[in-house]
Parts: sequence; structure tokens; C-alpha cells
Amino acid sequence: MSPQPQAAVGAPLSRVDGRLKVTGQAKYAADHDIDGVVHAVVVDSSIARGRITGIDTRDAEAQRGVLGVISHLDKPRLTYRQNQVSNAFPGERLHVFQDDTVRFFGQPVAVVVATTLEAAEHAASLVKVSYDAEESATDLTRGPAQDGPPPFARPYARGNAEEALGSADVRLDLAYRLSRNHHNPMETHATIARWDGDKLTVWDKTQWVIGTQNELAAVFGIPLENVRVLSPFIGGAFGSALRAWPHVTIAALAAREIGRPVKLALTRRQMYFTVGYRPAYEYKLRLGSTRRGRLTAMTHDFKYETSRYEQFWEANLALGQMLYAVPNVSQNPQIVPLDVSTPLWMRGPGYGSSAFVIETAMDELAYKLGIDPIELRLRNEPGEDPSTQQPFSTRRLRECFRVGARAFGWRRRDPRPRSTRDGDWLIGTGVATGCYDVFRGQAQAHARLDADGTAVVQSATHDTGTGTYTSMTQVAADALGLTVRNVTFRLGDSAMPPAPAQGASQTMLSVGSAVQDTCDMLREQAIKLAVEDERSPLHGVDPDDVVVRGGRLHVKGDPARGETYRQLLARNNRTYLEARGSYTPEEESRFSMYGYAAMFAEVAVDARLGLVRVRRMLGVYDAGRIISPKLAESQAVGGMVGGIGAALLEHTVTDHRDGRIVNANLADYLVPVNADIPDLKAVYLDGEDYKAAPIGVKSLGELVQIGVAPAIANAVFHATGRRVRELPITAEALL
Amino acid sequence: MHPFSYTRAANTRQALDAGRAGGRYIAGGTTLVDLMRETVERPRTIVDISALPLREIMVTRRGGLRIGALVRMSEAAAHRGVRALYPVISQALELSASAQLRNMATIGGNIMQRTRCTYFRDVTAACNKREPGSGCAALHGVNRTHAILGTSDDCVATHPSDAAVAFTALEATVHLLGPDGERTVPFADFLLRPGSTPNREQALRKGELITSVEIPALPRPLQSGYLKVRDRQSYEFALTSAAVALHIRGGVIHEAKVAAGGVGTVPWKLPAVERELIGQRPSNVLWTKAAERAADGARPLRHNRFKVELLNGPSSANCAS
Repeated sequence: MSPQPQAAVGAPLSRVDGRLKVTGQAKYAADHDIDGVVHAVVVDSSIARGRITGIDTRDAEAQRGVLGVISHLDKPRLTYRQNQVSNAFPGERLHVFQDDTVRFFGQPVAVVVATTLEAAEHAASLVKVSYDAEESATDLTRGPAQDGPPPFARPYARGNAEEALGSADVRLDLAYRLSRNHHNPMETHATIARWDGDKLTVWDKTQWVIGTQNELAAVFGIPLENVRVLSPFIGGAFGSALRAWPHVTIAALAAREIGRPVKLALTRRQMYFTVGYRPAYEYKLRLGSTRRGRLTAMTHDFKYETSRYEQFWEANLALGQMLYAVPNVSQNPQIVPLDVSTPLWMRGPGYGSSAFVIETAMDELAYKLGIDPIELRLRNEPGEDPSTQQPFSTRRLRECFRVGARAFGWRRRDPRPRSTRDGDWLIGTGVATGCYDVFRGQAQAHARLDADGTAVVQSATHDTGTGTYTSMTQVAADALGLTVRNVTFRLGDSAMPPAPAQGASQTMLSVGSAVQDTCDMLREQAIKLAVEDERSPLHGVDPDDVVVRGGRLHVKGDPARGETYRQLLARNNRTYLEARGSYTPEEESRFSMYGYAAMFAEVAVDARLGLVRVRRMLGVYDAGRIISPKLAESQAVGGMVGGIGAALLEHTVTDHRDGRIVNANLADYLVPVNADIPDLKAVYLDGEDYKAAPIGVKSLGELVQIGVAPAIANAVFHATGRRVRELPITAEALL
Repeated sequence: MHPFSYTRAANTRQALDAGRAGGRYIAGGTTLVDLMRETVERPRTIVDISALPLREIMVTRRGGLRIGALVRMSEAAAHRGVRALYPVISQALELSASAQLRNMATIGGNIMQRTRCTYFRDVTAACNKREPGSGCAALHGVNRTHAILGTSDDCVATHPSDAAVAFTALEATVHLLGPDGERTVPFADFLLRPGSTPNREQALRKGELITSVEIPALPRPLQSGYLKVRDRQSYEFALTSAAVALHIRGGVIHEAKVAAGGVGTVPWKLPAVERELIGQRPSNVLWTKAAERAADGARPLRHNRFKVELLNGPSSANCAS
């Protein structure tokens, strides 16, 4: 723990980049003004499987302003080296324009480049592609599963689940279907690529500048140091920008072939084709329990979709293994390769889908046994991680439920289904556990303290809207003993000290710990300079007895004795001091580390119209130390909104006759609007977890969405007596 | 977007000349521009009619209402006369689209809206409405939001307008001005069922312009309302909707005007429901009994059988109570 006073961390700071954003000065990927830039528009396949038999570009190329059309017919040279620093999946990533094979509906088959966006769009609509279409398979429920388990997953068993089920007092045998969801960030994916000789600069929407840098170097067969990726602002991503998708390559390829910088922004429709999605699931869960509600067995048999060229995996096994004290567990995951593009982790990946199943099943069990749903969960609280026998670093789920139940008024609830009405509306309340891993990654940072007493701190991390600029500024300010105003944090540039992808809720922990380490080193360097300087009032003081506050170094407990950074640097003729620090998680932790949440929901259901309206929600979180309360609240609200979408609205619809996605727009793919969002409350338990991280944080960004959908589904059951084991819960399921 | 030429009509005569020459009229543009961007619509010439003097809402001599074709949806919804005489129209408008769209879109444009059928809006899919003879991808495709009434094997797309459902219920007429002069068409005849020509959507002659929509005077007092059922609470087209207006005197329903939206290829007038209601005293039993007739003749598709249940639920009649 830092010896420094913590003035900035924990303060409800507004976003330091808020003004830039609301005044339109924050530059997102497509906003950068690059001299001589021209525009690229992708032509997508209109079949899901088959061969391209011809591409007629004559009309397109005849348009004024069109500079070229590129497709596999041009045999563009791309190296596609192996790349380990990538979120690609086992298999082989899609190679753009390298052959005539169509692997999914909406696959890029050509790109048009023109001097204006309008000319490029129009010309793209004039490219005539002919196909030899084959019958495609896109329906998870019909496709055969691949032999063997998904990558990085193997069938799991402890105890003997079959035997335990056979002798259980109470058994549940349940089947679930979860729809495919798309991330749908507000900002569509965009890339600007510019070549200077054999050096490539890319402005990109990415949650991993280092990953995109590595991928472009591998695809184009150039040295890593020849590629620079910039991503200073991101308008939401939710996971969709965790890998460099084909359009990033296409932009750079087009720039190389045309010899001009190229800007390529996907259309909203194209956001449903090539930038990943949360896969559809079919999930069978069996539960065995004693009459008193002690779980004896749980079996998970499920399958989910992936493409034919990559085997997608996500963390859909952990909850089944560690959430409750179940002695007998078996898990049998499978993937179904289909004529679809590859999924990609979407907020709370794997955990969100498995939590829906486990947490609605727990609710069913509670009703079957006549035990309060919270009480049932508490009866199955493990004392240690049941999958690894490791102690928990912290696990305060009990406290989450206790605090939440009181704040939500849980005890006032009549547990009987259909027991509460408000006019025509049936009212129900539901609860669910949320839980997400504490992922940790290696990160580095650099900090420089200038003679004017201000500091610039940087790391190649990202701000997808989560507020990294702000939270890192807070950590740096306290470690350096500066006010927030005198610290600038920079990110989103592959030339900066490396940081992990901004995914899996690891940024605050990993980059935050690196920033703290870096700024601690820098502060200690300044203190050393002072105590060894005969002209300093701090000369001869034990460095451990010096703290810095408001840019002034002084003796702990004797604020009068000290001097400012400015005085110190000026006297020593130093224009700046700098430090480079890092965070490296220990190889193997002795602890089981997770964030926890208790989610509460109240819904109103008009059973005659099949309408569900969420009336209020409360989340209580055990997320470790909260660096930035306003951002944390904002994350929680966003997580609840995302969860409401997944529970009631979101569903990517495919016409399985030809693999066409029929609702590839925001009018037909429904995300919640303001009118759907009621009173949402977030409570973070005070506390910290220094076993998880030097700065005491756990994980937060995924956690806040995990238990939302099951809490809503459980509330719908309480309101109506109807158990819906499908997502989203739509009118037709309730009529 | 395909290239097009743009002209702005300074007066009605200029507009009609341009329309007769094949120009497409544009006012708010909230549908047409969208569809042009998707290359679903490819007009060679668009004629901007927003300067024409069609922005008035008038109470007619008989006590009905005449709403100019260029009145914005938001203006019509907020208009005191509309609110007082026909709440069903205000409600239908305010439950449509978004505030931004309602501030742009006009009443004439609203009833000219084209379907939200996703196959219609995807130029790589088969659609008889967009490309006659290419087939109907929705008939055996994904058709949860499609029509169950007034369909044909060539088209099952719904008409998307909410306001048109209110106009249909209230038996409005459409005033048209064409090269051959003025004429009026009953609303029920203005929007066409698809039959074998789903590309023909309105009973408009070449170059004809909508000048206003007239709501006839109805006996007072008139209670009316609009109920819209959809998955989310704003910015979505109706899964099912109902426009109901009742004239109740002495505890008895003397007049009933009822139509449903989101279920028909055109806004669907429900005369059988009206007949059930007239002469009866309002009650939950009556609403239930009347609503049982709402889905008469329905032909549900694979994914939209639930629309029959929604229609037959007591909700449609209930909304006026």
C-alpha cells in the first residue's frame, strides 16, 4: 500500500476528457485529419458459403473519383505470418482477398477506393459479384458438434455427478437457448492507414494497439517496429475491438495498392458481419440437491457456435466449477462449426452466458424447495474455491446479498408467483449472483516530471469509454503527490510502454499497478534527490519519512519542512525526472481471485400483452478497491443497461436458409433506449484486495453485467409464474 | 446512394410539373433518404415540396379536421385541435419514431412510408415490392414482425405507420392534387393491399400530390386512444397496435371506430369488432367478446402466430376504456 496520502483515488472525479468529448474535440479513429486521405468502402458477400465466380468492376471503375477496386482477382500479396500476439483463435484467421471462397454472409469480397466517401459508396453498390452458392449451415441447433472439446477447455469432472444425481432428493433437468448478441458500440469500427515507404501508421478503433501492431506486421510481413498504431479515443467496444479484423488489413492493403492514405469506416450493417459477436448457446443443466438446499450435483452439457475457420472459446466453465460448493460436477462443452464469422468476447464473455443458466436454475431450485433464493445461495457458499481448494483472496458475496437485501427491501417480498399486482401489471422481484475472474496482465508505464511541477504519464493502454484517462490520472496524482490538474495521462499508442488489451476487466488492475509502480519510482527519485541535496530543507531526512502533497515534498508530520518539485528541479538544473515501471503478476497465485455481485431486479409484466418492463435494479459489488467512484457507477449502470438488453431485447437474427443476418441495423436489432431504463442503483462495498493487486483492485467492467439477465428472468418468473429458459425473453414467450 | 438531381418547387404548379415529369416528392425525407442510402430507392429526380403552403391544420365547417400534408408529425401531435378532438391521432404520432424524426417527418410522408420488412430494405434479398417478380423472402423466412392480414403469396410486409392506423379507424379521406385537378380518396382505398402487385402501394396517379388528410366530424363526446405493443418502449415499430374511438351516450356505445396496426399489409379496419361494440354497454366482458373478432381472416406465418393472440386479447378494445 502506498505511503502517500490518497487524495485523488476514491474522489468522485468527473472525466478528465469530458470536455473534449462533449465539445467534439476528442478524435475517434475516423476523425483524424490525414493529408491526402482517400476513402474505401467494402463490398460484402451476399451468400454464406460458396465460390465467387466473377467480379464485374467496370461500372464501378467508370465512376468519377474512383481510384481502384481490389479483390482476390488482383492477387494482392499478403504474408500472413503466424502471430502469437493476437486474439485469434485456433484454426486460421480469415485471409482477405486471397481466394474465391466465401465462408460467411457479409464476408469482404472487394474494396472500392475513391477520392470521396460518396463516390466510393456509390461505386461499391455498382460492383457486381457472381457466386456459385452452396447450401450453408448457420443454425446451432442443427449443426453437428465438432469432435473433441473446444480449445483450452476439456471435459471437467469432480466427484461422480451421475451417481449423485441418481441419489439426490431433488433433481432439476433444464434446457436453455441463448441468442446471438452483437456488441453494437456507438462508434462503428474504422481504420485510417498511411504508408511512408515501408513504414505503416494506422489510426484504428482498437482495444489493443499492441495486438493490432503485431497483426499488421505479421499480415504484411514487415518488422514490428515499422508499424505504429494509434487509438486515443474509442466510442465503446464491449470486446468487438479486441482483435484486428479483416477491415484493418483491407485499409492498409488499399493504402499500399493505391499509394494514398486510406480511411475505411464500416457501415452499421457491416458491424454485424466481421467484428465478432457473443455466440448462441444451447445449454443443458442438471442440478441435484438435498431437501435442505445443499447442492449435491451439477452437470453442464452445452454447445455454442463458431466459424469453420477458427475455433472460438470463452470462459464458460469457471462459474460451474467455483461459484457454489457442489461436490459432484461434470462439464461437457462443445463447439459447432458453422458458415458464420468468428465470434469474439462480448462483455462478461462466457461468464454472462453460464451465469444466466446457473442463476435461473438456482431460482428454480429455490422455488422447488421453498427456500428463499438468497438463503439457498448462502447455504451453498464455499469456504474455499471448490475447484482448486485455494483460499479466496476476498469473497464477500454474503455481504453483497446482506447489503443488497436491505437496500432493495427483499424481505418485504411475498415469494409466491403472481402474488403482487399494480393495476394490470404483475409485479415480480428477482435476484442473482454475479461473478467474474480477476484477470491480470503484464503492463509497463513511463512517467516524466517536468521542471514546472507537472507530470506526463503514459502507457499503451486504452479508454473504450471506461474512463482510463481519468482513473490512471488519479492513481498517478496520488503516487506523485500532485493534484489531478497537474497530471496528464496519455494512452492509445503502440510506441508507448506496452500494456495488455483492454478486455477482461484487467486494465485498472494491471495498468493501474504499473502506473503506481512507475510514479512511486519517480517520487522516490525526487525524494532521493532532495535528501541528498545539501541545499534542500530535506537534506539528511530518511526518504521513508518524506511524503509529497500538492507538488510539495515535506517531512511526514512536519509540513513546514520541505520544498516543491519545482524548487528541487530548478536548483538542481534538471529539466525533468523520469521513470519507467511495470507490473508483472506472479506466475501462480496462491489465491482464487474473483469479483462478486448481488443483482436485484423488479419487473412489471403485462401478461396479456407479453410486455416486461424493468422497474428498478440494484447491484451490490465486491470489486476490491474503487479508484474512481463516478466511473465505477457509470460502469455499473452501463452493465445493467447491457444486461437489460440481453435479457429482454437483443437478438441477432439469421435467416438460416441462406445465412443472411436479417436485422443488421439498430432499428431491428433492439438495444434498450432511455425509456426502457428505470432507476438503477450501484453500491460498491468498501474495501480492497491487496492479494489480487498492489493497488487493491479486483475486476469490475465485466462483473457489473454478469448477473443482470438472470435477476430479470427470475423477477419475470416471480411476477408471472412463467419460467423462460431462453434469451431474450420476448412477448411470444409470455403470452 | 445513386446520383440524382434535386429541384425545389416554389409553388404547387412547379411541383406538379416536376412530378408529372417523373420526379419523386420529398418533404421531411426521413424515409426516402434512408432508402436511397441503402439503394432501395433510386430516384433520378427528387422534388423538394417543403416550401408549398400545405402546413395548416383547420377545423372543417362540419367540425372535422383537415391536416395539411406538410404539417410535421410533432406539430400535428401537439396541435390543440387534434389533442382535443382526436387524442388517438396525437397518441399514435407521439408513439411513433423518435422526437428528432417527428420534428422532420410530415403527415403526408408518414402515410407514404414504406415497409420496414428487412428483406425489402436489403437489396441482396428477394422482394417483389422492391423488384417485382424476384419473390418474397419473408413468406417463408424470418417473419416475426410481418403481417397476418391482407397478405398475399407475393408480399407479407406490414404498413409501418401508426398515424395511418388512427386515420383508418376514423375513416379519414386523403385530398389529392394532380395534373387533372383535385380529388379525394377514402383512406381505406388510398393504401393498397399487395395482391400480385406489392410494388404498387398507394392509389396515386402519376404526379399526384397529397395536399391534406381530412378527418370527418364524428358525434361528440368521442373517447379515443391508441395502444401500441412493442418490445421496447420507444423507437420501435408496432408488433400490434389498436386505434379506437367510441361515442358513448347514456352508457351505451353508439359509434365505434376501430383499426389495428402492425398486423396488416395496410392499416386494418375492424368492422366486425365495431359491430360487436355498437349498441352495447362498456364492460370488460364486452371488450373481450369484441376483441375475439379482431383477427378474423388472419393468416399467421411461421414466426408471428403470437400476433393473433395479441389481437384477440382484450387489449384492442380496452385501450379506449
